[in-house]
Amino acid sequence: MKNNFDRILSSEDVMRRRATLLQRMHIDGPLLILLLTLAAGSLFVLYSASGKSWDLLAKQATSFGIGLVSMIVIAQLEPRFMARWVPVAYIVGVGLLVVVDIMGHNAMGATRWINIPGVIRFQPSEFLKIIMPATIAWYLSKRSLPPQLKHVCISLLLIGIPFILIVRQPDLGTSLLILAGGAFVLFMGGLRWRWILSVIAAAVPVSVAMWYFVMHDYQKQRVLTFLDPESDPLGTGWNIIQSKAAIGSGGVFGKGWLMGTQSHLDFLPESHTDFIIAVMGEEFGLVGICVLLLIYLLLIGRGLVITAQAQTLFGKLLAGSLTMTFFVYVFVNIGMVSGLLPVVGVPLPFISYGGTSLVTLLSAFGVLMSIHTHRKWIAQV
Amino acid sequence: MPQPIRIKDHEKDARLVRGRVVFGAIAVVTLIGVLIARLYFLQVIQYEYHSTLSESNRVHVQPIPPTRGLIFDRNGVVVADNRPSFSLSMTRERSGDWQKVLDVIVEVLQLTPEDRAIFEKRMRQGRRPFEPVPIMFELTEEQIALIAVNQFRLPGVEVVAQLVRHYPQGPHFAHSVGYMGRINEKELKTLDPVNYSGTHHIGKTGIERFYEAELHGQVGYEEVETNARGRVLRVLKRTDPIPGKDIVLSLDIKLQEAAEAALGGRRGAVVALDPNTGEVLAMVSQPSFDPNLFVTGISFKAYAELRDSIDRPLFNRVLRGLYPPGSTIKPAVAIAGLDAGVVTASSRVYDPGYYQLPNYDHKYRNWNRTGDGYVDLETAIMRSNDTYFYDLAHKLGIDRLSSYMNKFGLGQKVSLDMFEESPGLMPSREWKRATRRQAWFPGETLILGIGQGYMQATPLQLAQATALVASKGKWYRPHLAKTIEGQKPVDPDPMPDIILRNPSDWQKVNIGMQQVMHGARGTARKAALGAQYRIAGKSGTAQVVAIKQGEKYDRSKVQERHRDHALFVGFAPAENPKIVVSVMVENGESGSGVAAPVVRQIMDAWLLDEHGQLKPEYASPITAEATAREE
Repeated sequence: MKNNFDRILSSEDVMRRRATLLQRMHIDGPLLILLLTLAAGSLFVLYSASGKSWDLLAKQATSFGIGLVSMIVIAQLEPRFMARWVPVAYIVGVGLLVVVDIMGHNAMGATRWINIPGVIRFQPSEFLKIIMPATIAWYLSKRSLPPQLKHVCISLLLIGIPFILIVRQPDLGTSLLILAGGAFVLFMGGLRWRWILSVIAAAVPVSVAMWYFVMHDYQKQRVLTFLDPESDPLGTGWNIIQSKAAIGSGGVFGKGWLMGTQSHLDFLPESHTDFIIAVMGEEFGLVGICVLLLIYLLLIGRGLVITAQAQTLFGKLLAGSLTMTFFVYVFVNIGMVSGLLPVVGVPLPFISYGGTSLVTLLSAFGVLMSIHTHRKWIAQV
Repeated sequence: MPQPIRIKDHEKDARLVRGRVVFGAIAVVTLIGVLIARLYFLQVIQYEYHSTLSESNRVHVQPIPPTRGLIFDRNGVVVADNRPSFSLSMTRERSGDWQKVLDVIVEVLQLTPEDRAIFEKRMRQGRRPFEPVPIMFELTEEQIALIAVNQFRLPGVEVVAQLVRHYPQGPHFAHSVGYMGRINEKELKTLDPVNYSGTHHIGKTGIERFYEAELHGQVGYEEVETNARGRVLRVLKRTDPIPGKDIVLSLDIKLQEAAEAALGGRRGAVVALDPNTGEVLAMVSQPSFDPNLFVTGISFKAYAELRDSIDRPLFNRVLRGLYPPGSTIKPAVAIAGLDAGVVTASSRVYDPGYYQLPNYDHKYRNWNRTGDGYVDLETAIMRSNDTYFYDLAHKLGIDRLSSYMNKFGLGQKVSLDMFEESPGLMPSREWKRATRRQAWFPGETLILGIGQGYMQATPLQLAQATALVASKGKWYRPHLAKTIEGQKPVDPDPMPDIILRNPSDWQKVNIGMQQVMHGARGTARKAALGAQYRIAGKSGTAQVVAIKQGEKYDRSKVQERHRDHALFVGFAPAENPKIVVSVMVENGESGSGVAAPVVRQIMDAWLLDEHGQLKPEYASPITAEATAREE
């Protein structure tokens, strides 16, 4: 019996030691495995969607490498350290957005980039995807929960400023993700259901009144095409009609890798960026997408576990918000491509081509890992 | 820190968050369920439908371009309309090896390799997949027949009828209405891709450009079913386009022709406008060109010829020609002097033939070297006396002079709807400091008083400054479009009217300008001989600063092009102004001798009927009264 007990102990010991190794590197094993799986799958899909472009694959793989490095670096930072510097980062981020706003005005067109040629080139709005929830989490974690009305209002103001600046760029997709990032912190912080429901209840009559009394006909037309893109078959509707045909023609098992016709005949625009799920749907069918959704579900599940186990309120709120925002990415992208939701530019996380969003997402997971691996009483797990 | 409360809080917080995590997890699972349901619907229930759709991809959406709005002159004469024209278009996805198909087209129609290069460039500009790209325009009957006979060798190639802009009046309105041309790559980036999805041409200059949004209309589309070769079998659904708005111009083709005739074959510019509305009645920049050349793509050689011509036919002299206004600016300067109180109608200046600033040796010469003796305001305008205006400008100073001239529209864009108007230049102390990093010298103010120096104005600005004298300071921005689909254009940025401390000052300057035409010593009295109505006018000369056009071999011609430009502005009838005319004759030398008769001829064309009598609507009781007073 004792022998047996020893065996269990020692095996636990081995487990624990392995955990400690990763733990010491501040990396969460389950998350790492899931992320690597997604990355590998992404390269497969991208190879097909880009029309077998090795060039594109190499770029995406590079971005993934950069993202991983940034994830590991961020995971080393203690959550307490983050909480201390978040307010500064928020002010810097909003300042950069204002700079972009002014530059955009001068250039007489939309711009989202800060570009110092030869030095650096990035989108401040990406930066805010992590800073936004962290700021609200920092703010609320110092107050008693559930948040009082005053604190909710201040939080909404903190969310509103960057939100409006990014809407003006104009970048609806990113601004909604940032709004979601801030709002989920409030939600995780126990925002009263009464208030949530009354905001929803108030939104209905307000939008009806706007529709009849405030909006011009051309604005109504824009909203209508936004809500129902298929009424505008020459513009955004064209993408949706084609992406639905692509997904639908995939059937249960798909046409097979590199066998999709819609995407390869150039029917499908943006097939390697925002609309990449249509390529997956066509080539790998319902089964393929369900496998992808399962991986996403596991990632989100792990994120929620980290949320529940976080030891500081800051960590809980931030982890919860980042996880839920990640889900918003998935839901909005697939919903949009399959014609359930209006078209807003949101990429499919880890699958869509694009270095910036990849680095941001991996950094967010770096934050999750930091929260999970810097706990004081690991034994509690 | 109350430690116990914190711990309690902490536990409560954790519970609260855990509750939200559970709720979040349920929401995530539910919504992923919704996604799977949606995909099940698309991929299993609607599988057959999407499968056939994708297999043949037979349903296409085709844009139907809207018909562009027409442009008329003020009497309803068509200035721009749309004519059917046949073009050759090619759909890359249906042509297989489209490069080879291009070779066949070139072979069949016996075209040159240059043509092929142009076709290839146009093909590469293609936008949406399966969109036919027009590669060749204005096919002849013979070419259409050749394409039809060889159709079997030309997959994805078809002859399409489309409406193309046509300007029946040819060169008459090239500088006002402008022309259309093919959308280029730069424009493609800024255009609304949906609204222009069926359109290949866009307004490039003039009214066509300025009112592009109104003239274009709203695109329509139809969903069509095609066979495998791309032939349309039937139309499933159609949404009609909304045609563009028609524009009625304020220009009058008869006056336009009269103005061109009055200029003769000379290079120059004419603007005629109605001071009571700001409507432009005639706008001539001579020489002109045929705008029809540009519509379907001008050949490189023809374009080079227009561009490099020494006469510069593409140059819009009315809107972009910058000239020192010379003496034509004196009426406005006189208003400034009267209103600022530095001169009165009766104050006099002695003119020995020159003007000297106190403590300076430099003599600023009057054009009449012998001098005019004592001159008052009326005489100064009549005789175009430089000495009087040197003195006036010196007393006024640069700051006040510059601000008054700005009120008259100098140094800024004055028009409501003219594309690429030049703002000209009205110098000021600040301007000189900013651009030349130098202080302002008093001598520079003097020469501004007679419209020389840094000052530069377009013929349109001179017409507007004169119109303001005629309308006693009432500002209407000059505009070419009288109505757009029956609606008058609205000025989004109206200029403030010029309000004088003593409104009778307008009349004093007006009388002076009448004396130019009708006075016994008026500089342009010859041009007013036998007029049925009273004219107020002012001549001017603009010095030419060496224009070298690579014409060194022809000495006599080069010299001719160094002569001064002749300017003249005026309005009539003087007491009830109905028309303002501003004329610039390039290298015409004499404002009163060359430009004034042009103005007179244009005024006659507008104000007199076919029997040479003043049209009754332009006669006014004031005219008789003024004549009586004159006697």
